[in-house]
Amino acid sequence: MQAGVITFPGSNCNRDMEDALSKFYSKVHRIWHKDRTLPENLDLIAIPGGFSYGDYLRCGSLAAHSSIMDEVIKYARAGGRVLGVCNGFQILTEAGLLPGVLLRNKNIKFLSKRSDLKIINKNTVFTKSIISDTINIPIAHHDGNFFCSQDDLKSIEDNDQIAFKYADNPNGSISDIAGITNKHKNILGMMPHPERAVDVHIGGTDGLKLFESLLN
Amino acid sequence: MRAKIYVSLKTAVLDPQGDAVNEIIKSNNIVGIENIRQGKYFEIKLSTSDADEATKIIDKICNDYIANQVIENYEFELIA
Repeated sequence: MQAGVITFPGSNCNRDMEDALSKFYSKVHRIWHKDRTLPENLDLIAIPGGFSYGDYLRCGSLAAHSSIMDEVIKYARAGGRVLGVCNGFQILTEAGLLPGVLLRNKNIKFLSKRSDLKIINKNTVFTKSIISDTINIPIAHHDGNFFCSQDDLKSIEDNDQIAFKYADNPNGSISDIAGITNKHKNILGMMPHPERAVDVHIGGTDGLKLFESLLN
Repeated sequence: MRAKIYVSLKTAVLDPQGDAVNEIIKSNNIVGIENIRQGKYFEIKLSTSDADEATKIIDKICNDYIANQVIENYEFELIA
């Protein structure tokens, strides 16, 4: 099994993501944003957290137009699995691969803490190995306030696209949304950081089941 | 030719930054302000002097880059 982690200027969770994926994937490729081709036979592309392009214009918006993203969009539209965490989630919405947008947190504070997430859809390739109803995963973001139109929200709900909801909505996200998939459930975007919860000594292990799901 | 582009949040979208600016102004006893909405302003210099061509270019970059249609509206003016 092979995974790829994309790094943009300003990404800062790429090594953590690589580390987490290395526990499950035999090969983890580092992919640079200026690359024009993806490694062959990837089973997963991960878009990590950070502050790509300094969050200039809108968070994720400039990275969404990087040359590698043309390939990521093709890969995703062909059914390839894509995981976007934090800034990665923002990039996926800006690239049009996921609906909605991430706004500044409602209380305008940067949030860095642990957060309980309710698993709303266990029937996805990203969540099917998660047995418990809630997992505890770190969050670290300034722009995690998920927003979409009421029509989009209805469509997201009707198509079972909500993967995770916050138990205690920390950022004002519409309908407590912490993570969503696309309609086909091969793309997941989430603000919390599962890659920071894969070691008992730092951050706990509640993120492991998400990565484990991808192998089954 | 130059373009001045104004990007504003749609009415349904919360603007915690605008609210924070309003709060601090209120706390300094300045009265008469009901509401503040924060937006973005761009000045763009174009190499064309044809207004139709400029409109096409500006519309394209506004739709694709400058504004996110989920949350933002844009308007622009062209200056010869």
